[in-house]
This record gives sequence, C-alpha cells and structure tokens, in this order.
Amino acid sequence: MNMLNTVTQFLLAHPLIFATIKILIVFNVMSAVLMYIVYMERKVLAFMQARLGPMRVGPWGVLQALADPIKLMLKEDIVPAGADKALFLLAPVISVAAAFTVFSAIPFTSSFIISDINIGILFILAVSSLGIYGIILGGWASNSHYPLLGALRSAAQLVSYEVAGGMAIVGVLLISNSLSLRDIVLKQQQMGVWNVFIQPVGFFIYLVAAIAETNRSPFDLPEAESELTAGFHTEYSGFRFSLFFMAEYTAMILVSCIAVTLFWGGWLRPFSSIHALDFLDYTPVIVFLAAAVAIVLGARKNPVPMEKVVLFAIAAAFVLLGMALAIPVVAAAISGIFWFSAKVFIFLYAFIWYRGTFPRYRYDQLMNLGWRVMIPLGLANVIVTAALSYYLTHQAVSAAAPVMMGR
Amino acid sequence: MSWLSLPQITFLALSAMALVSGVLVITRRNAIHSVICLIVTLFSVAGIFLLTHAEFLFAVQIILYVGGIMVLFLFVIMLVNLDVAAKQAQFSSHWLVAVLTAGALTAELAYGIYLGRQEFKPSTPPAFILPINNTRGIAVGLFQTYTLPLEIASLLLLVAMVGAVVMAKRKFE
Repeated sequence: MNMLNTVTQFLLAHPLIFATIKILIVFNVMSAVLMYIVYMERKVLAFMQARLGPMRVGPWGVLQALADPIKLMLKEDIVPAGADKALFLLAPVISVAAAFTVFSAIPFTSSFIISDINIGILFILAVSSLGIYGIILGGWASNSHYPLLGALRSAAQLVSYEVAGGMAIVGVLLISNSLSLRDIVLKQQQMGVWNVFIQPVGFFIYLVAAIAETNRSPFDLPEAESELTAGFHTEYSGFRFSLFFMAEYTAMILVSCIAVTLFWGGWLRPFSSIHALDFLDYTPVIVFLAAAVAIVLGARKNPVPMEKVVLFAIAAAFVLLGMALAIPVVAAAISGIFWFSAKVFIFLYAFIWYRGTFPRYRYDQLMNLGWRVMIPLGLANVIVTAALSYYLTHQAVSAAAPVMMGR
Repeated sequence: MSWLSLPQITFLALSAMALVSGVLVITRRNAIHSVICLIVTLFSVAGIFLLTHAEFLFAVQIILYVGGIMVLFLFVIMLVNLDVAAKQAQFSSHWLVAVLTAGALTAELAYGIYLGRQEFKPSTPPAFILPINNTRGIAVGLFQTYTLPLEIASLLLLVAMVGAVVMAKRKFE
C-alpha cells in the first residue's frame, strides 16, 4: 500500500510520464489500425467490384496487412539524381509528423485524451494544415513534372477547402461556446442531441471539405493516376513512399475522429439520454459474439488445418472477450472507446464507399464546387446559426427576466 | 548564475531558431529554401506566443501564416521559373553602401537601447491562470471595445481584395 502511494505520488509529480504512455498507446494503436484500413479498403473495393481482393497471405488475406509494410521497408530507397536531397528526404516526415501530432488533442473518451487544450480545435486546424508542406515540398523536391503538377494542384485544393471546412466548424463552435473538443462533446451530452441534427448543412460541408483535404476520391486530383501517374509521390519508393501512404490514411482517420467529435457526439452512446434504449450498452458483447460466429462459419470451409486451428482459437478468444464485456464494470470502462471507434469506422467505410462509387471530379469542377458552392454555403450557415443562437439565447433571457423581477 | 528554468530554455531556443532562420531567409539562393526558413521563423514566433500564454495568437499565427499565406508563397514561387532565377548573379553590387547603412542602423539602435536600458526590464510573467482566457479576451477586445477600428480595417482589406481581383481580371481580357 505504501509503495502504491509512492508510485502514485511519483506519477502525479511527473505528469509527462502519463502523457508519454498515452502517446505510445495512441501511436501504436493507430499504426495497427492504419495497416488494417488498407486491408479493409482493398477488400471492400474488391467486393464492390465483384472481386475477392487479397486472398493469399493468411486466411482471407488477413496477413496481407503485415506483409505489405515489410515489403515496403525492404525495398530500395531511391533519391532521383536531380532532386533537392534534403527536402526530398524531409517531405514525407513532415506529412506523417503533422498527421500524428493532431491526435494529441482528440478526446477518445471523456478521460482518455492526451492533452485537453482549451484551443483544441484551433490546434487541430493549425497542425493539420502543416501536412500540406509534405506534399508541396515532396512534389517540388522530386524535380520532375508530374509530382510538381500534383503538388500545385494539392496546394490550391487544400487552401480552398480549408476555408470551407473552417466555416463548417464555426457553426459547431457557435453552439458549443468552447474551443475545447472535450467541452464540445460534453455540450452535446448536455443538450441530449448530436450536433449533426442541429448543423446538418455544416456537417455536409465538413464532410466534403474533409474528403477534399485528405485527397481522397472523388477529389483525388493531386494523385490522379490517369493524368499524373501518381502525383506528388511519383518519385518516391520504398519506406518513404509508405510514409506518404501512412500520412494519407492517418489523415483519413483524423478527419473521421474530428467529424465524430464535432458532429456525432464523440464517445457518447447513440440515444444515451433515452433510458428505454439502455440495452444498447450490450452492443460490444453482441459485436464480439457475432464476429466469433462469423469466424467459425468461415473457418469450417478452410482447407489449411493450421489456419483452421488458429481461427477457432481466435473465435474462442472473441467469445471470452465478449463475455468479459458483459461484466458491468468492464462494459462501463469500454463503452466510450467502443462507440467512438464504431463511429469512426462508419466514416472510414464511407470514405472507401465514395471511392468505389463516385467518378473523379475535373479540376475546374473541383474549384467551382469549393469556391462557388461550399464557401458561400458555409458563410450562410455561420450567419444563420449565429443569428438563431443569438435570438434563442436572447429570447430565453427576456422570457426569464419578468420571472426574475417577480411578476 | 542559477540554472535556467524550462520556459527560459524554451524561450532562448525558440528565439535562437527565429533569428537564425530569419537570417537564412535572406542568405539562401534558392527561393524555396528561403520560404522554408521563413516558415521556421514564423513557427518559432508562434512558439514564443504560446510561451506567453497567448494560445489564440499561436493558433492563428500557424493557421494563417504557416498554413495559408506561406503555402501561397510556395505556390507562386513554384510557378515562376526557378532555374533561371537560381543561376542569375545575386544583386549585390552595392554591398559597401549596404554594409555602411546596416552598420549605421545597428549603431543607432544599439545606442538607443543603451540610453533606454533602465526601461528595458523583463516584465513580470502573467499569473499562471488568467482570470479570462486568451481567446475570450481577444474576442471582447476586437468585437466590443474596438469594434469600429476593426470594421474600418476589414473594410480597407475588402477594398484591397476587390482591387486586386479587378486588376487581375483586366489582364485576362
């Protein structure tokens, strides 16, 4: 007991240790998630196009996600002869560092947040706007035509859509009265309704801007294969290419996290204010049990005996995990992070879905959409929201005033 | 001399970074390298803002200058032909005059600082928890205390913007 006290006091005296542990957790979990998002993307796209996708490495190609990074790391790292070497080497690092740094302000649950900054959302906007330097400098330093064109397109696209995205966020800030992401979620809890229902237009603008800022299809013009080979990272190979790849997918997770926090109630359970729907608390249990059943059903047909055994073991582990989640204490502890990740995965799935279904925009269409539709719409949204929230608070005050005067 | 505290070390590191990269901005041959040095300078200044508990200024400095304006700088510099510019001789034929002017200015500034050395005292740092947070303070200042000057300044900027658009458009016709 005494020793426990000493340890607690030591940790309290050195708050950086807690932060470092949290950073390590977030970084490692995100890296693992990243690998499997690539797998998920390949699989989902394949199913949408009536293919099977990766099938060779492991059962259903599950280990492909591990094989690809290893392959990329072992590949030769080529620096083009005419490249600006220092910048060429620096560019992918900037992209990845900027993308990962932003997670330090994301509230994964009400208590798991690396740093609850009082200007959280501004910090996120600031740091995520640095990622573009990776793209621009990488494109320029390659000293090659397609990368330069890709970098220029990217610069124009990001600067344009950052404005629209910022406008969409202002609407939420007007409602929440705070720049801290944790407070924004708590405000949604307090109101009992997610911001997406109050700010549907803002949410739509943010979604479009987020897709454009992450260079995802249908706005993937900076790396349009049919026009620019691979855009800004054409000259990159091996590990440096994989850094750009990581940065793109991290940015995807990131905008999903921000969208969930700002508009979809962060870590809150759906309908958390309605007690008749409290059985939703058992969703994690059901999800794990269903996954176990799915694995067992699929594994029965697996021809490789070794894989079969491993799959049955995983299914058993999932059943145990599901049962553990049924314990109220564990369920309460896991609820926040479960709902947060579930919502984030809905967004990630949507990103892949858009890629599978929408044709790529033409460059002038993209710019027209950004400047002539999204930004005016965003401005209108801000003005209407500001006027309404002013009117409503004013009305509340004037309605309350006679009561206070004792009428 | 006692050990420097962490904020002091951070301040010294940031200001050293700002000064060194500021000098590099004007000595680099390559315009892209100059812009990158300028970005580092702006970044260090943003860090100094953060150190003085001006977190709103920190964020705005990075969002506007680093994330916006500098991207446009890079954009424009990439569009002009850099190979020609890099090979041209640097325009420094008046270096003697330049050195004399710079020397005179330095001497003047140094003398001014020497005269006023009683006044240049490091101010006492603000209390750790301010009664009102930085963002709110700036909002009250801009939109309540100084609404009219702010509106006038924004009108001026709007006029400049419209003027720029008109001039750019005339060229295309």
